[in-house]
Amino acid sequence: MSTARRETRLALAQRASAAILALCTLIHLATIVYAIRGGLSAGEILERTRSSIAAAAFYGLFLAAVAVHAPLGLRNVAREWLGLHGRALEALTVALAVLLLVLGGRALWAVVG
Amino acid sequence: MMSMLKVSVWRGDETGGFVEYAVPRADNQTVLDVVTHIQRELDPSLAYRFACRVGMCGSCAMMVNGVARWTCRTHVSKVAQDGRVQLAPLANLPLVRDLVCDMRGFFDKWARAKGSFRGALSRHDDFARVRPDSAARVAVDASIECIGCGVCYAACDVVRWQPEYLGPAALNRAWTLQNDERDTARQERLEAVAGDAGCHSCHSTMGCTERCPKHLSPTAGIAGLKRMAFAAALRGEL
Repeated sequence: MSTARRETRLALAQRASAAILALCTLIHLATIVYAIRGGLSAGEILERTRSSIAAAAFYGLFLAAVAVHAPLGLRNVAREWLGLHGRALEALTVALAVLLLVLGGRALWAVVG
Repeated sequence: MMSMLKVSVWRGDETGGFVEYAVPRADNQTVLDVVTHIQRELDPSLAYRFACRVGMCGSCAMMVNGVARWTCRTHVSKVAQDGRVQLAPLANLPLVRDLVCDMRGFFDKWARAKGSFRGALSRHDDFARVRPDSAARVAVDASIECIGCGVCYAACDVVRWQPEYLGPAALNRAWTLQNDERDTARQERLEAVAGDAGCHSCHSTMGCTERCPKHLSPTAGIAGLKRMAFAAALRGEL
């Protein structure tokens, strides 16, 4: 893949994931505000999210967007501030994505599993 | 008593330092007038560049009080602080000596960005007809007056952080050619400017747009190149 093709696709992925993140964050905040209005406890909220396909799909999408967006942003930081290039840069980006997927996946499982 | 301006001028190479000169103030005096006075009256060994003196050639840009400016059109009254001015060579470029930096890297990047026009017609063909009110021609108008002074390059944070980055001037030039309907190298140029150190590296901090003495907006051109690259990628052409 040419560098122009790769960089353009990564930039597109970063923008698309940013749009998804913005929407997910708004929905997440609105849901929190709505859910605690009647004084629901954490336990009562978890009762509703466990085994919920909608909650799993929503937070799964949220997690996927984070795992795409954050490593690409940090990739730029690593290139500019650490001078990383080539394979080292790509390895770091993939490692960050995997780390976020694992950490976020555990949190997701705790909420919907 | 004649009013004097205290001028700190960078002398020597990277290991050099600032030397202070006293220059008589004059009405409507430009920073370039000050540098010329130092070279002609005080120290003929001072190296600096200039040519047209009227804001056309783009050769006299320097850091004035830490800010990149064209010195021939910068009035001392605008930049002097407590009767003092500090002059240094343009940032982000290797220093030759005194106020002269090596511009090769800057212009090599224009070449890497495919900054020269390539057409399909010869002198034997009729003139190409380009509608002056077409969107592409209007975009060219907004960017075409670049004089290649290097002010935007010296003001660009991304160039400082990522020396391989093509920079605002080269990308602005590429943008004008990408909007030139006569040009036949647009696909090749898009490949050249959308790569590792190209338009996607721009963070839109707009230092170039703030400092451009011709009031161009390289940031807008770079954003246009990004949109062009995205559209080509979505069409499967990049």
